[in-house]
Amino acid sequence: MADISRNKRQLRSNLSRVRGLGSTREGVHHWWAQRMSAVALIPLSMWFVYSLITLTGADYQSFHAWVSEFGNSVFLVLLIITLFHHAQLGVTVVIEDYVHSEAIKMAMVLVVKYGTMLFAASSVFAVLKISLVG
Amino acid sequence: MQNDAKPLSPHLQVYRPQVTSVLSIMHRLTGIVLVLAAMLLTYWLAAAAYGPDAFARAQIVLESWFGRLVMFGFTFSLFYHLLNGFRHLGWDMGKGFDLTRLRITGGLVVIGSIALTLLSWMWAYGHVGKL
Repeated sequence: MADISRNKRQLRSNLSRVRGLGSTREGVHHWWAQRMSAVALIPLSMWFVYSLITLTGADYQSFHAWVSEFGNSVFLVLLIITLFHHAQLGVTVVIEDYVHSEAIKMAMVLVVKYGTMLFAASSVFAVLKISLVG
Repeated sequence: MQNDAKPLSPHLQVYRPQVTSVLSIMHRLTGIVLVLAAMLLTYWLAAAAYGPDAFARAQIVLESWFGRLVMFGFTFSLFYHLLNGFRHLGWDMGKGFDLTRLRITGGLVVIGSIALTLLSWMWAYGHVGKL
């Protein structure tokens, strides 16, 4: 490790090694995306909890009015996309850690990826419908 | 070739539970719980988009004692995952790895998430004057 240049049996090219993307050619991208979405979720989730508290007991009309407000619509869409992206990244890691059958693992990761997209798209569409159509 | 008989991590059944490991698995558990919370958010928004009747049905479910219990659990999960997330971001920067600090920050996460959960619910109940 200390003197990698003396290792004559290395299989990866110098370019491949210096890029540091590892055997999956992905490197730290997954890790970094999880952290970036986590940081974004700090203010977004705090805003959401505060909003839920103020919305306690709200009826249909006042809920629609709240969602339709420009800032609330934007923050809701941001929250939904960031939340489901972060969720998908996290659950994928949990599945990869605990499910050791390759076939079941692949099927579960697929369900998680497609499922979070379905829920995220439905949520965003609901916000847009409420704020644009009513 | 892959040897399927070899032990794979995480090897939980032979691992003695400790403060650090219990708090760590709690982070994953609350994360999974929060996925369910996110799905409930989708249902809530979709019901509101669908119309007054669907929204009224959603509100009956959410305002029932069971709905409140579930949302109380969601609130705790959110604050736990959020506060413990700060620990993770600290560790990512190489900070707070010594055992003393791990125990202190771990304790703060548990106390903090319980306190913030109770405060949020008291605030919410106060908001509608039902307390």
